[in-house]
Amino acid sequence: MLKIENLHVNYGGIQALRGISLEVPDGKIVTLIGANGAGKSTTLRTITGLVKAASGSIQWNGEELLGKSIDRIISEGIAMSPEGRRVFPDMTVLENLKIGAYLRKDKAEIEKDIQWVYQLFPRLQERSWQLAGTLSGGEQQMLAVGRALMSRPKLMMLDEPSLGLAPLVVQDIFRIIQEINRQGVTVLLIEQNANMALKIADLAYVLETGNITMSGTGAELLVNEKVKEAYLGKHNS
Amino acid sequence: MQAILPYVINGISVGGQYALIAIGYTLVYGILRLINFAHGDVFMVAGLVMVYATTALPMYVALPLVLIVTVILGFTIERVAYKPLRTAPRMSVMISAIGVSYLIQNLAFYITGGVPQPVTNPIPWISENVTIFGESTKRVTLVTPVLTIVLVFALVYLINHTKIGMAMRAAAKDFETAQLMGIKINAVISMTFVIGSFLAAVGAMLYFTNYPSVAITSGGMPGLKAFVAAVFGGIGSIPGAVVGAFIIGLCEEIIKGLGYTTFSDAFTFALLIVVLCVKPTGLFGEKVTDKV
Repeated sequence: MLKIENLHVNYGGIQALRGISLEVPDGKIVTLIGANGAGKSTTLRTITGLVKAASGSIQWNGEELLGKSIDRIISEGIAMSPEGRRVFPDMTVLENLKIGAYLRKDKAEIEKDIQWVYQLFPRLQERSWQLAGTLSGGEQQMLAVGRALMSRPKLMMLDEPSLGLAPLVVQDIFRIIQEINRQGVTVLLIEQNANMALKIADLAYVLETGNITMSGTGAELLVNEKVKEAYLGKHNS
Repeated sequence: MQAILPYVINGISVGGQYALIAIGYTLVYGILRLINFAHGDVFMVAGLVMVYATTALPMYVALPLVLIVTVILGFTIERVAYKPLRTAPRMSVMISAIGVSYLIQNLAFYITGGVPQPVTNPIPWISENVTIFGESTKRVTLVTPVLTIVLVFALVYLINHTKIGMAMRAAAKDFETAQLMGIKINAVISMTFVIGSFLAAVGAMLYFTNYPSVAITSGGMPGLKAFVAAVFGGIGSIPGAVVGAFIIGLCEEIIKGLGYTTFSDAFTFALLIVVLCVKPTGLFGEKVTDKV
């Protein structure tokens, strides 16, 4: 379980997070929704260690993550598919997957996991030898998710996986996020596409200018009037 | 044609020496976007260490020692002068690099007393005369390009087919995402300095056997030429640096062969100006593919 308590993060003189607390229980899909600049990405980046916190605590299965180096945090079973996909454009699809398993040494198991990712995303297998930079946006997103899976994470964090993708592709991605979750991976999902995110989430938090203003199950927030108005659009079903 | 042949042979050799230095520039630039101005001075230190070590120790100890000392120097420079500035603007790191360059030269001045240290046949085998195509030349002239090509192939293999090479390529593209893969960015950066310094040390051993002495400013000219080679080839690209270095070495020597020795340096720097004006990314430079 990931447990964040009273986390403060300052970003170039701005208070990006003003004491947020949240929990990501094992085996669940948890989503964090909110507008641009609310602090969603900062939360994920602080968990991975890319951003340093000012105060507070992030506990992962009872162990404090703050202050640990990024590679230590990743090696403890946390993976992130970053915003904007950030695949390595000059590497092949296969190399991108292999680099996702950078910290692992079990060659045979890595090979199995590559096949597993190819099963989840058959499109990637077809393009295995293609340079990642030549893939379409949706394929790059699949690759970013696959690459993160290659570290065999217990917690998978996804930053805006639907950004800039066609609705059909978004549905695909979300279907696979659920599939990954069914196979036992805890998911922490950040989305502006609140409608989609809330539908698959067990738990949801609403982030506004560095504070958590609402929380509940995905279904609860889907019908919440305030959430509807601010994030779903009034006429959204 | 026959008259130009020795110059061509020399040119290939000089090109190989430039290439060994140029790779150091291009590797570091590729990963840190930093022109490591101290690189030429690291090259000079390798020459000095060779002079001291080969006079005091047997060759099989002295030569590895040159490599080790140079590698440690390159590694230390990065840790002391560049690593603390990792999040600073690039200009600060560049100024730090210039500072290191002067520091090394002045330390060398202190140690040598400013007197050029004579090179007295440190590696006898490669200074022996051999005959090729009817031309007599030192063996180093033939050894240099062969050794350069072997080392370049080894390096390219390392970068394309090993785990650390994959980490280097990833870090060169995207620091943050590389870290998210669990790559220790500082270890990767240190590795590039180790490789660059190692190659510069090899280059220095080959280069200075052809010269009567090593002075504290001896790294300046070959360093600059190698830098031009790296820019000409497209800074950041290893094949670019190698091709650029061989072209510059050849051109310089052929110009000398045609009797315009005075202009051979000028040619190289004129080439830099032309490249920067006409094709700033060089022969094999990174294509800027900013996809939104």
